[in-house]
Amino acid sequence: MSWWTPQVEAIAFALFQALVILIAAVGAGALLTMVERRLLGLWQDRYGPNRVGPFGVLQILADMLKILFKEDWIPPFADRTFFVLAPAIAMASLLLSFMIIPITPSWGVADLHIGLLFFFAMAGINVYAVLFGGWSSGNKYALLGAMRASAQTLSYEVFMGLSLMGVVAMAGSFNMREIVAAQETIWFIVPQFFGFCTFLVAGIAVTHRHPFDQPEAEQELADGYHIEYSGMKWGMFFIGEYVGIVLVSALMVTLFLGGWHGPWLPPIVWFLLKTTVFVGFFVLLRAALPRPRYDAVMSFGWKICLPLTLINLLVTGALILVFSPAGG
Amino acid sequence: MSAVQSPYANHAHADDPVVQALFARFGNHVFVEQSTYTGMPVLWLDREHLLEVLGFLRDMPEPFEMLFDLNAIDERLRSHRADLPPADFTVFYQLMSISRNRDIMLKVALSERDLEVPSIAGLYPNANWYEREVWDMFGIDFRGHPHLTRLLMPPTWNGHPLRKDYPARATEFDPYTLTVEGQDTEQEALRFDPESWGMKRKDENTDYMFLNLGPNHPSAHGAFRIVLQLDGEVVVDCVPDIGYHHRGAEKMAERQSWHSYIPYTDRIDYTGGVMNNLPYVMAVEKLAGIQVTDRAKTIRVMMAEMFRINSHLLFLGTYLQDLGAMTPVFFTFTDRQKAYEVIEGITGFRMHPAWYRIGGTAHDLPNGWDKLVQGFLDWMPKRLVEYERAMMENAVIRERTKQVAAFTTREALEWGVTGPNLRATGCDFDLRKKRPYSGYENFDFEVPLGANGDAFDRGQLRIDEMRQSLRIIQQCVDHMPAGDYKADHPLTTPPPREKMLQHIETLITHFLQVSWGPVLKPNESLSMTEATKGINSYYLTSDGNTMSYRTRIRTPSFPHLQQIPAVVRGALVPDLIAHLGSIDFVMADVDR
Repeated sequence: MSWWTPQVEAIAFALFQALVILIAAVGAGALLTMVERRLLGLWQDRYGPNRVGPFGVLQILADMLKILFKEDWIPPFADRTFFVLAPAIAMASLLLSFMIIPITPSWGVADLHIGLLFFFAMAGINVYAVLFGGWSSGNKYALLGAMRASAQTLSYEVFMGLSLMGVVAMAGSFNMREIVAAQETIWFIVPQFFGFCTFLVAGIAVTHRHPFDQPEAEQELADGYHIEYSGMKWGMFFIGEYVGIVLVSALMVTLFLGGWHGPWLPPIVWFLLKTTVFVGFFVLLRAALPRPRYDAVMSFGWKICLPLTLINLLVTGALILVFSPAGG
Repeated sequence: MSAVQSPYANHAHADDPVVQALFARFGNHVFVEQSTYTGMPVLWLDREHLLEVLGFLRDMPEPFEMLFDLNAIDERLRSHRADLPPADFTVFYQLMSISRNRDIMLKVALSERDLEVPSIAGLYPNANWYEREVWDMFGIDFRGHPHLTRLLMPPTWNGHPLRKDYPARATEFDPYTLTVEGQDTEQEALRFDPESWGMKRKDENTDYMFLNLGPNHPSAHGAFRIVLQLDGEVVVDCVPDIGYHHRGAEKMAERQSWHSYIPYTDRIDYTGGVMNNLPYVMAVEKLAGIQVTDRAKTIRVMMAEMFRINSHLLFLGTYLQDLGAMTPVFFTFTDRQKAYEVIEGITGFRMHPAWYRIGGTAHDLPNGWDKLVQGFLDWMPKRLVEYERAMMENAVIRERTKQVAAFTTREALEWGVTGPNLRATGCDFDLRKKRPYSGYENFDFEVPLGANGDAFDRGQLRIDEMRQSLRIIQQCVDHMPAGDYKADHPLTTPPPREKMLQHIETLITHFLQVSWGPVLKPNESLSMTEATKGINSYYLTSDGNTMSYRTRIRTPSFPHLQQIPAVVRGALVPDLIAHLGSIDFVMADVDR
């Protein structure tokens, strides 16, 4: 056993961790498809899927089997390469972002110095999934959806970055672990309340969740950019969306709610608990709100959220300058 | 109320001021009067005078603002024509004056060899679709029509179905086959051709996108197709295409007995249930001369209002869903289930009870009906408050609907818009008040009005209307008259069963009426009601037979859809969806 050096052990453990987190993320995304339907049912005076397995938990399995066995149809008028590439990007870009999230003091895949920037980059790449999907489908509804998606994501990414700069300034780092550590005494949701609000809005917009589901807008575009997709490719868009929800919720917890910090309970429980609350909030939003008009969404982003983040950043910067030791 | 005519008046309307004015202007040799049970003057005239006379009526003081209906009758097999001008086909024009609260009908006789009348689309814009329908169904040409193509039948169709020589049953045709090539031809025929509609494919700066919305689309509310000419997401123009839900209900009426046609009426506005029976049985009762008992009238009103609430709840849920709110529809369906429990308890059926009968209703009210209805009356009001607070006061809903797809009263009348959509513009015209039927004059209720005629008012108004319907139903529960639920009349169909088992006379009548059907004297009658979606009327022509000679069903949704392009030009796609949701139409009510 001479090759089992501490380095190898570290690598093996890191690999194991990464694998567990990957499976957990995908699993959470898949589980969410069922949880969302049950929650919506609860809020809408009905049951939701409750037939397969206890409380309907095996519904995921049934859905997965169904999706796997569906014909993998590529429309003859579609651009094959991009048509196939799009769902892969949709799922991969968001899954990769899980890498930077510190789950507990000892768990997490990568401890990057550029942590947060990596997420921005991945969120940026995620737009291509919608764009490629919409464009390559050769369908007018898909095209309109893709147009909406690119315009919306562009507008919302502008201030998504800015909304987090307050947090970065206060923690003095892009590194996620350092950001969590900086919240030992007070969660950033208190000093960075406007940053929290705007990031929440931007986070929903990035995942294309209701009421920012303009690219899909069932009532208008009949599912928009993924209208031509079916089977597992559609499933990847679908799971991608839910992975996105989990990711944004986890980020919100990490950046504003002190990550794993919390009294009495072990860190992992705190982290999961907080994340679950946000996931529930996402579903509640979908159940509660009508969809604003597309141009209202755009003007809300540019006219309200962007100025708000700028002011927030300005005030944060000023306060840090005032209170930091001179010359520090 | 002086304008309200007795429904049984059969006199010629020679003393009618409008008829007097027409005689004074054009001379009475131009017109031939027909005496009917339609409750309005019916004047025949030559097609040479048609445009002039219509123009006169449209522009006179207190004008006839609305072309209520336009259709045709194949007269070739009609045996009782008495003193009517000779005609193979008749085109009739029914005009409505809101200010006078009166109607008038003009008829033009046509010979088989010369089936042509001038188009009146220039006078009344909503004549466009009616004339297309007449061309489609009868093959009558409208000179000067901008786009005389088939409306209800597929573009490849041969023949004109409502002609008397066109078969009514599938068994009279060769078996239907569809080959792959045939399918391709049919699909190709449906391809939208912008040029034929006078649309440009591109401008100096823009290549337009032509988006085919429907006939299968989540927000099309059934098999409805509308082709959009888009510049980005701005709707430059659009062309609605209907006919995908056409079942030939008017043709079927010509081979069903007066009695056995009742279930077909349920399926015209399929969310309206027995509300559809009402204008039909009332028109038949006019022909038969039946006076319905007070109890039957009140039962009919109660059940019709139940269905109004039921239909409005469906509207509310889908309207809000079209605006992106996914939850309300589940709540309104819970309410509809409660309504259906009442409807099922009383009629024995849910969606299509076909429960009214010529001369009354199918049964008397069951024991304990009042508690059942009261339970629903107690349940609904708090739910309506909830809908208002959760949705109609929601900022997003308001932003989506306020000042969206708005039109004025004048535009509404021009396009033949009736019902809640007309009242949302502030026009106080509800037949239940203006021309009370079935005892509505005895009820205490208000007519809710809107102000802006926008998508918001159309939604809010229906919530208010539900409250008024609850009020009416409450009065039915509190003051249900005693007495028979069927009129004591030889033509009441079927005759009361209790009597049938005791009198041989009634037994024979019963047997004849349910086997051959009742025979009605030759005449014409028309009855209109304030249905769930607007004014619904049945114009019946009897030729002294067990079946109707011609049944014309005027439905409110048909003109409402025709108006869409005039309302949404220049709006965004989401506004179009908001408008579609706010019209409240079902395709069965459009295509019949």
